[in-house]
Amino acid sequence: MNRRTMGKTLLGLAGAAAVALSVGTAAAQDKLKVGFVYVGPISDHGYSYQHDQGRLAVEKALGDKVATTYVENVPEGADAERVIEQLAASGNKLIFTTSFGFMNPTLKVAQRYPDVKFEHATGYKRAANVATYSARFYEGRTVVGAIAGKMTKSNVIGYVGSFPIPEVISGINAFTIALREQNPKAEVRVVWVNSWYDPGKEAEAAKALIDQGADVIVQHTDSPAPIQTAQERGLWSVGQSSDMTRFGPKSHLTAIVDDWNGYYIDRVNAVLNGSWKAVDTWGGFKDKMLFLAPYNPAIPADVVALADQIKADIMSGKRHSFQGPVKDQSGKVVIPEGKSATDEQILKMDWYVEGVQGKVPK
Amino acid sequence: MSAELSLIGPILAAMLAAATPLLFAALGELVVEKSGVLNLGVEGMMLVGAVCGFAVTVKTGSAPMGLLAAATAGAATAALFGLLTLGLLANQVATGLALTLFGVGLSALIGQAFVGIPLKGLPKLNIPGLTDLPVIGQALFGQDLLVYLAILAVPLVHLFLYRTRAGLVLRAVGENHAAAHALGYKVIRIRFLAVLFGGAMSGLGGAFLSMDYTPMWAENMTAGRGWIALALVVFATWKPLRVMLGAWLFGGVTIAQLHVQGLGVGVPSQLLSMLPYLATVLVLVLISRDVARTRLNAPACLGKLFHPDA
Repeated sequence: MNRRTMGKTLLGLAGAAAVALSVGTAAAQDKLKVGFVYVGPISDHGYSYQHDQGRLAVEKALGDKVATTYVENVPEGADAERVIEQLAASGNKLIFTTSFGFMNPTLKVAQRYPDVKFEHATGYKRAANVATYSARFYEGRTVVGAIAGKMTKSNVIGYVGSFPIPEVISGINAFTIALREQNPKAEVRVVWVNSWYDPGKEAEAAKALIDQGADVIVQHTDSPAPIQTAQERGLWSVGQSSDMTRFGPKSHLTAIVDDWNGYYIDRVNAVLNGSWKAVDTWGGFKDKMLFLAPYNPAIPADVVALADQIKADIMSGKRHSFQGPVKDQSGKVVIPEGKSATDEQILKMDWYVEGVQGKVPK
Repeated sequence: MSAELSLIGPILAAMLAAATPLLFAALGELVVEKSGVLNLGVEGMMLVGAVCGFAVTVKTGSAPMGLLAAATAGAATAALFGLLTLGLLANQVATGLALTLFGVGLSALIGQAFVGIPLKGLPKLNIPGLTDLPVIGQALFGQDLLVYLAILAVPLVHLFLYRTRAGLVLRAVGENHAAAHALGYKVIRIRFLAVLFGGAMSGLGGAFLSMDYTPMWAENMTAGRGWIALALVVFATWKPLRVMLGAWLFGGVTIAQLHVQGLGVGVPSQLLSMLPYLATVLVLVLISRDVARTRLNAPACLGKLFHPDA
């Protein structure tokens, strides 16, 4: 069902070519060509939109030193490889592939183009010319969990999940830990829609959760449909990837917003001055890779103060999202008291903490 | 168990809503196929209807204008199909597939300026007393108006096809276009009108999604519902009432699987997501066992090109 809008890309290339012609060939060769591959439309006003904001920030910051291209709506899988290859073949020297499912296609193409540098978002496989990067989204989930714990009256939180991968599961767990710290009686119900972007299905999932008693809807999918549903029912919601306030001004508590601008500028600069290395970057609040959208004015001042405190503690390192003791659903202590989850534990998380209903789909 | 029982009402209500876009599109396609034309472009027409309905509602602030625009846009897209297949005798299957691809692209183009704009949904029916009835109140008396319109269309299409002269002629054209032509009926014109109707209904189905169900425009927001509508027509063996039952079954399984997940039943969500499609395949297998009966209902000239001189 996905579609690739090459049209815009071609226009972009043509535009770049026209600029190159007007400034002469020497200048064109000096320009670093940077490609971006997005899983959704940049108009999703969510995940892919935020990545594209990063691309625009690169263009703004580095001006005529770079020429950027993007391809949106690229399905995860075999088609992705072709798109990435095309970007590499057409002279892009740095390519950002921005979704988990682009991991293997990125590595395959990287093997064939050793002089091109690749950056894969949210993955864990690296190579000499493939770096990985991600944001510690779970840090945002911790703050949101605390807010939800204070705002819920029914003590049931509905969570619309995309795919049961570690990134999403660690988010659910971080959220639930913080939720139950504020409100031990609260529980989390998860519905997987097996899609990153299907407004109809996301709305149906939110409705089902609300009908089961949830009064706060949290989502790890990219469309604002769950927000709209919560607004319609007069309940709370939390946005994903970007500020979704306008889809439910009364309902939208806050949103966990991705911010790739600084990272993308840094990495393009690194290629320009030759210091680029195939490293893994995993930044959180401290590194400004994510932030929270403005709080809903309806949130009481003490809850805002609590949220700000938790955020400050995460930034100063005083608090960790997975701070022991953390128990799994069977009550077994997985992270002992005095310890925090290691990065590896978080990146491979495939179990729910106490307080989440249901089983992780295998 | 009482907690689970109290969910029956909400599940029914959600099921009717989820079935609505399918019902609109499938009823339209049923009439098209009854006239002997196979239009596989339902998904594309739905998307064009969705984006035009949304855009006009945003621009004019009037939902009825939006719905009118959606139906008109769907019909206009279908007219293109009609010109190609009925006028120029292009292959229906290929043209229909092309229409879907075209609709996806066109709707994305039109929709560029309308992404990220929130819209208020259409009003819901609210009859004090009735809407508050336990279990069935919300499902029967608290739906969006378009849900009732879709259900109302079922008996209307049935009456038209089986109780009116025009319906009889339309079916005759679908069964044997040569004979209908010999009797002096304008086969091409009748088929063209049926195709327009199908487009308008698909457009309304799409508009239900973009204006009401999830009041926003997003590329590809129909997410395959047009294809399900096509399957529903066969599933229903070209009977309007069965189209409705099929749409409800499909909507019901979709909604039920989400509830099962929320209740924490240990069934893989991927399997649950697959269930509605599995149900469709199963019914298709069951009905095609009885070849004679399927043949009896399927329009004999379905997908066959007609040229008056031939």
